[in-house]
Amino acid sequence: MSGLLSVADLHVSFTTRHGTVPALRGVSLSLAAGETLGLVGESGSGKSVTALAVMRLLDRAAQVTGGRITFRCEDITQAGRGIMQPLRGAAMSMIFQNPRAALNPIRPVGLQIADVLRAHRALSAAAARDQALDLLRAVHIREPERRLGAYPHELSGGMCQRVMIAMAISCEPALLIADEPTTGLDVTTQKAVMDLLGEIIAGRGMALLLITHDLGLAAQQCDRIAVMERGEVVEEAPPAALFGAPRHPYTRRLVAASPTPRSEVHTLIGLPPPLAVQAPPPGPPLLEVEGLGKRFGPGPPAVDDVSFRIAPGESLGLVGESGSGKSTIARLVCRLLDPSAGQIRFSGEAIDAFPAARFHAHPRRRDIQLVFQDPGDSLNPRFSACQSIADPLRKLLGLSDPAELRRRATFLAERCGLEGSLLDRFPHQLSGGQRARVGIARAIACEPKLLVLDEPTAALDVSVQAVILNLLDRLRRDTGLGFLFVSHDLNVVRMMCERTVVLQAGRVVETGPSARLFSAPTAPYTAALLAAIPHFNPPAALTPAARA
Amino acid sequence: MNATLRHAAWVLRGNPVTLLAGLGTFVLLLLALIGPALLAYDPIASNVPMALQPPSAAHWFGTDQLGRDVFSRVIAATRLDLAIAASAVALSFALGAMIGAFCGYIGGRLDRWVGRFVDVLMAFPLFVLAMALVAALGNRVENIIYATAIINLPFYIRFARAEVNVRRNLGWVEAARCSGHGPVGVVMRFLLPNILPAMAVQVSLNLGWAILNAAGLSFLGLGVRPPTPEWGIMVAEGARFITSGKWWLVVCPGAALMFAVLCFNLLGDGLRDILDPRLRT
Repeated sequence: MSGLLSVADLHVSFTTRHGTVPALRGVSLSLAAGETLGLVGESGSGKSVTALAVMRLLDRAAQVTGGRITFRCEDITQAGRGIMQPLRGAAMSMIFQNPRAALNPIRPVGLQIADVLRAHRALSAAAARDQALDLLRAVHIREPERRLGAYPHELSGGMCQRVMIAMAISCEPALLIADEPTTGLDVTTQKAVMDLLGEIIAGRGMALLLITHDLGLAAQQCDRIAVMERGEVVEEAPPAALFGAPRHPYTRRLVAASPTPRSEVHTLIGLPPPLAVQAPPPGPPLLEVEGLGKRFGPGPPAVDDVSFRIAPGESLGLVGESGSGKSTIARLVCRLLDPSAGQIRFSGEAIDAFPAARFHAHPRRRDIQLVFQDPGDSLNPRFSACQSIADPLRKLLGLSDPAELRRRATFLAERCGLEGSLLDRFPHQLSGGQRARVGIARAIACEPKLLVLDEPTAALDVSVQAVILNLLDRLRRDTGLGFLFVSHDLNVVRMMCERTVVLQAGRVVETGPSARLFSAPTAPYTAALLAAIPHFNPPAALTPAARA
Repeated sequence: MNATLRHAAWVLRGNPVTLLAGLGTFVLLLLALIGPALLAYDPIASNVPMALQPPSAAHWFGTDQLGRDVFSRVIAATRLDLAIAASAVALSFALGAMIGAFCGYIGGRLDRWVGRFVDVLMAFPLFVLAMALVAALGNRVENIIYATAIINLPFYIRFARAEVNVRRNLGWVEAARCSGHGPVGVVMRFLLPNILPAMAVQVSLNLGWAILNAAGLSFLGLGVRPPTPEWGIMVAEGARFITSGKWWLVVCPGAALMFAVLCFNLLGDGLRDILDPRLRT
């Protein structure tokens, strides 16, 4: 095997105020020229640290405490600047997660590509510009001549990532490291970017180290996949073998927790199916939205003529890509924003006429609650978990007795699977999943009738997402809550919602029962969205039928 | 509480300058509280036969033109100078943070009007504005406080407005609205406590500046009048004698002034690290 990169028994630890914390505990990998290796795992598993160690870009608190990194038969474990500077960009280069943040905001992208070229090769400004133009063509950017002079803020996220790829491949490196290259991009953009990346590495014979949390993406792109958990590679195999017969228990859990077109909420965490939901009693709809519109300044409206209804106890999915207006609709329904047009009726009562700025005092305030996307910034940093959960009880129910508030907060927390002992912690002392539970406990504190969930699991690892989705599903069965479930993840919406609304650029493209909509979409846009989701074939061994 | 203390100890261990500044501030506060009771000489009583003596064992900082002990006067002045600075900064902090936070959160017409008012205020040379205010309102200590508070106000308003502006659309602010909080509740219970750590730095830096400002006004003969011991007047009075080599009349109160300003400025950064809960683990 012509080893391009080999990492042997690599140990890295970080020095913190509480002592030394190991980040990598004996990672071994190897990558041959032209090969694609996937590195999958959840946050904190050490994927990015591995990549940074290979590039020798670890920050000062990190120390390589053991092992060897060999690149083209040369030991670079402790290589200094003099050795690494000519290698970086020329022989190995890296694509980062957030392309907009990785580009210099005040320099045209054409010049930024030319900068990389001129740093490694003796080129005139004009020659570098010509090569930059060729590279923009190679990454399929439309009107490359015009884009050469564009600033990053003038480009979309997908185009910024193409520019990043152009920069990374500009000097024909032998090794490309892509750290979550499509996280944060829409599925259709993700597909286009990944197709491009695949085409480029195949065409130029580059090796790719693809770091991702998305098993489907890794399965589609990689020759081999290494699964990392807590600083160790627990299993490494070609995708078919890995997903067909995962050997390590962690891999098995991870594969089960990743939503697929066939999974059900309960199969994600390996539970038996729950009892069927009783049909909601016929009656007036819980929420009726008619001709809803919202315009921010000039230009096309963010939300345009959107209508849907939710029956009591029903779960309605709202899917679409970024800019489709789904978060705006969530905020309009929660009465945090005033609509520019249309009507919102809650249990037959028109609530759109009451201005959002004063809706906090409206008697319906407690009936409509919101669960936020990022559990990190949805909790007040200066409130303990208990204070966050008790806050709506104090304001909306008028409770003030500390013992009673504490008792209720503990009850709510336990209902959401949060141990009572964690209630005195502040948000930064809780994990992502625990924060999400606090946010859900707060939202259900006043027993609302409608819960609006704005991408409630988008910022969570798949295994945590699986648990939170089950929690939400159980809450809905137990309490008869109505859900407006906003998400970009079609598999999640299919599992969680009886009916689904597909949005594009603020307009409804298609509405229908989830089962039908996802198996036989009528709108071409829905079909395109479905086709763009990266899938791996769920092994027969893991489906509930085979297990039983 | 225990966790707060432990965290403070950790910050101070890695940051000895803050510890020194904190100690200096503590000494200043102590002198302001009990200093006058410890003095060997009356800071106001004159003793003309002993006029203009250089520093000695009996008079550590020498004596002034009326034979008063300079060391006693420097110590006695601590209380007045700190009181002026602290009340001026407290006043402008309370008002400025509140006004700025509401402007930042509510926006719209209120924000525009307050913004223009702040622009106008900042267009004046601030020290000249303070002089004009004291001259117009009357030559009294409380007017120095008001004048100092007013010229500090724009910084607090702008600072609080900017800090609130970056937070107003965060999840926890929207969650507070969903929990039934109106604008007053959101600003007072949620936003203000969260911008406090950043504001604390500003307060500490401003204290030093306010002391300089009060001393400057007194130096020009506005505000505190002789024979009250105050660092600014002492420097002003001593300046007449510096050409004849009586350096201690200027250097000693000047050094006290510098020490106080330095302590407050250095304290600022350490304070932010101590007050920010996110740095605690």
